Amino acid sequence: MTKLEAIIQTSRLEAVKDALHEIGVEGMTVLEVRGHGRQKGHTEFYRGREYTVDLIPKIKLETVLPDTMVEKAVQAIVTAARSGKIGDGKIFLSKVDDAIRIRNDERGEGAL
Amino acid sequence: MAHRLVLGSLLGLLLACSSLYAQSAPAPSAADSARLARLEQQVADAKGSADNAWMLTSSALVLMMTGPGLALFYGGLVRKKNVLATMAQSFAMMAVITVLWGVLSYSLAFGSGNAFIGGLHHLFLHGVGAQPDSDYAATLPLQTFMVYQLMFAIITPALITGAFAERMKFSSLLCFMVLWSLVVYSPMAHMVWGKGGLLNAALGGRFPCLDFAGGTVVHVTSGVSALVCALYLGKRVGYPKQAMTPHSVVLSFVGACLLWVGWFGFNAGSALGAGTLATSAFIATHFAAAAAVIGWSGAEWIRNGKPSALGAISGAVAGLVAITPAAGFVGPMPALLIGLLAGAFCFFMVATVKARFGYDDSLDAFGVHGAGGTLGALLTGIFAVSAINPIFKDAQGSPLPSGLLDGNAHQLLNQMVGVLIAWVLAIVGTLAILKLVDLTIGLRVSEDEEVQGLDLSQHGEEGYSWEVTA
Repeated sequence: MTKLEAIIQTSRLEAVKDALHEIGVEGMTVLEVRGHGRQKGHTEFYRGREYTVDLIPKIKLETVLPDTMVEKAVQAIVTAARSGKIGDGKIFLSKVDDAIRIRNDERGEGAL
Repeated sequence: MAHRLVLGSLLGLLLACSSLYAQSAPAPSAADSARLARLEQQVADAKGSADNAWMLTSSALVLMMTGPGLALFYGGLVRKKNVLATMAQSFAMMAVITVLWGVLSYSLAFGSGNAFIGGLHHLFLHGVGAQPDSDYAATLPLQTFMVYQLMFAIITPALITGAFAERMKFSSLLCFMVLWSLVVYSPMAHMVWGKGGLLNAALGGRFPCLDFAGGTVVHVTSGVSALVCALYLGKRVGYPKQAMTPHSVVLSFVGACLLWVGWFGFNAGSALGAGTLATSAFIATHFAAAAAVIGWSGAEWIRNGKPSALGAISGAVAGLVAITPAAGFVGPMPALLIGLLAGAFCFFMVATVKARFGYDDSLDAFGVHGAGGTLGALLTGIFAVSAINPIFKDAQGSPLPSGLLDGNAHQLLNQMVGVLIAWVLAIVGTLAILKLVDLTIGLRVSEDEEVQGLDLSQHGEEGYSWEVTA
């Protein structure tokens, strides 16, 4: 099992969600986060003072998938989330030791 | 002989006719005199009712300026962890100053005393009832006058809280404000508005200072005291490197609009009646606020490239501050000019001067109230005209020129005296009180408490409990 963490532009959430549903991904978790890679932030003015905001709002989407589905999911996310500009985001993959369904104690890929 | 008879009888006829006319307009009977007297009383009562209705409304409007006007305005400007504490500081004034005023400080401000302070005659509001005091307002119950002035006494110390936002102990705040109200506000109010006051323009003060609704009494004293507090208490932990942006400009926006509307009670109510002077002050107030929005936003647009909402509402407040001393003395066009100048000037104070000198006047109490009030008080000396308000009269009761453009250049000097006294009283009084409170119970919260936030550390609560748990 592989955990897939995708940090994407907030405006791309709907497209990415739909793309994942289309390839059969059934579970995901969505978080509102702030961060930056190489993208510069913006400046705001309050009462004449300039503030640099370099932590930009993003969406983090997490899903744990059977290894067979991972590459299809990566492609789906990349296609839906790419705009071609700096700030599109990143996808991280990591190994998951186990998964447990709380409702009925099912384990392993069957719990996904 | 015959024509003399004719003349004589003609004369006699004329006399008879004229005496008949005299009889058809006889001297009023006792019953008629009583009716006339009752009618005159009813007319006076009706006029008094109109004045009293407006003044009670104005009192409510001015209270609304503190709560929720100022509470929201300041509350939105601080970080989320300090929102309740900031609002509580204004709210506490509504409670504490009210008691203090009723027990003691009304008497100190408006009782008879000397040129600098009133006496103790009105302790516990003794003698303050339904009867008017014609020195202050001939058509109002003295109680109405007292409660109207109370609302000013409430908001003035509340304004200072902007200077030491996010770092003052609540207990120290309460001690400081009680002392400040007694040592700075009451004497200043007495000097400008109280009978025998040194600066009282309406009651023959030695240096008659034109201050219609409190440019010096409210804004200069609080604004300058704010600066002293900001310097004495020092900067917030992390200032200025750490960004400390308003957590909700939306709240500040609502607060500012409430301040604008409430200010009609503050300025137009200072006419102490429902007549044409109130209308004039109402219009001057509104026009100054509008022009100041344009002044501040225009300056900001040029300097920063975008006009912010926070800047626009700050501009409005700056204009309202500046027109406060002038509202009942100037016409609408000068009010526009005063507002425009105040908007641009206060933007400069906040955006440039504060950064250059590096003091942490967190919510710009000095930049807007101290600076705006000073500017407004001086501009009053220029633009005040007797045609709007014949405040100065000669021995025969004819109006004398008010301000510089009216032909009285000397008034500008009197305005400077008033402003200077306000500055000195604010600086000396505030320093002394700060020192006293600091030596006894301390002023600032600890660094840990400041980082944790005043809502939790001072009040044990959170402003927004938007928790994850259901």
